Amino acid sequence: MADGTPARIAIVDHGAGNLVSIGQGLESVGARTWIAAEPEAFDGADLLVLPGVGAAAPAMARLHARGLVDPIRAWIAADRPFLGICLGLQLLFETSEEDGATTLGILPGRTVPLVGAPTLPHIGWNQVERRRDHPAFDGIEDGADFYFVHSYIVCPDVAASAIVIAETVHGERFVSAIGVGNCLGLQFHPERSGTDGLRVLANVVHLAAASRGLPNAVGVA
Amino acid sequence: MLRRRVIPCLDVARGRVVKGTRFVDLVDEGDPPELAERYAREGADELVFLDITAAPEGRSTLLGIVERTARRAFIPLTVGGGVRSAAEMGAVLRAGADKVALNTAAVRDPGLITACADRFGVQAVVVAIDARRRGSDPAGGWDVVVAGGREPTFRDAVAWAREAAERGAGELLVTSIDRDGTRSGYDLELLRAVTGAVRVPVIASGGAAGPDDLIAAIRDGGADAVLAASIFHRRIYTISEVKDALAAAGLAVRRSAVAA
Repeated sequence: MADGTPARIAIVDHGAGNLVSIGQGLESVGARTWIAAEPEAFDGADLLVLPGVGAAAPAMARLHARGLVDPIRAWIAADRPFLGICLGLQLLFETSEEDGATTLGILPGRTVPLVGAPTLPHIGWNQVERRRDHPAFDGIEDGADFYFVHSYIVCPDVAASAIVIAETVHGERFVSAIGVGNCLGLQFHPERSGTDGLRVLANVVHLAAASRGLPNAVGVA
Repeated sequence: MLRRRVIPCLDVARGRVVKGTRFVDLVDEGDPPELAERYAREGADELVFLDITAAPEGRSTLLGIVERTARRAFIPLTVGGGVRSAAEMGAVLRAGADKVALNTAAVRDPGLITACADRFGVQAVVVAIDARRRGSDPAGGWDVVVAGGREPTFRDAVAWAREAAERGAGELLVTSIDRDGTRSGYDLELLRAVTGAVRVPVIASGGAAGPDDLIAAIRDGGADAVLAASIFHRRIYTISEVKDALAAAGLAVRRSAVAA
């Protein structure tokens, strides 16, 4: 870690699902975590994690109700370290066809249904095929298996296709990891993907600690 | 390519892992968190934890032991047994479960499936169906049985599977009571009937004696995942031996690096 102290991580609570697994996963790789249900709880964090399962509209409604939407946008616009997992990745885009929700709109593109899949939801371990190198995947074999559980996928605008880090196939080929500056989004669940998942979390934690105290880069929004 | 999952099942009674035959004659098999950690290390793709005495005793799931189990394994954990409301499901998720299996309460109040799916997403809702043959004639079908195999409902298991998926179950865990703990193989006709009726993933359960049964459940039964208990608890087969056999049969499995 950059200054020897553990990375400090705020996990955004939007009111549904399992925040325990991601907290335990991050702590097992040496980070300190807390749950952030209001904007003040972002203070002092080296990394903001937006986890989540479930539908987009209720999650957005809770983020709005808790005054978290603008603080999350500002955090990412300042290129501070951010990790979105599953729904937390999908919310970064503009809209979700799941329930017509308007989402955070930080990245150009939308969330659409996974079509042509033999079974839905897409539940289980599947291969993550890299399209480019990214430090979050250091030490991970190309094509390694990670755990997925979702029925919707992100569809970045063609102009934004450079953000794609990795793809996965279930019925169709879809984007399973994106990265822009210090903002990382994963469709799979690293906190439930065994040793390789913990390795990704360790990489992310390391990157966040290393960027501590560095001048913020130009915004990405 | 999506891997076929191998899932050890921890049936828990009074805080211990147990295994019976046709849901009775329970034998002690160990400590839930310890077994969970061992299976995760050996390459299990997921874990299922069923508090099998919760529903018959009319109480909620034992959260402390769920929490200790979830903490020991960084693979997905499904917890079932005694969940009667969306609020109780929330408590189980907060204890560290990734998915919750609804069984008796969903049969009594099918609207519970939708309520839970609306609140936590379909991916978190597993409907567990315990099915018993209506006689020896395969055309006779299967009845749903609840309360840990104690109470027949006279509801058709295949029709219930279809309804559960329509109401928002993201996955079905289908157990043959006739085969449970008998090591006589999964009920392939039951699996075929259910997997032919729904699009959601189906986890086969009840009767596994060895790798050939798991292969048959996937290949002939159409199961997406295979669950077994006694063959793993009693170390008749390790997870990696089973996965080797599945791979040799041409099925896609996850090969994890086995940590020491």
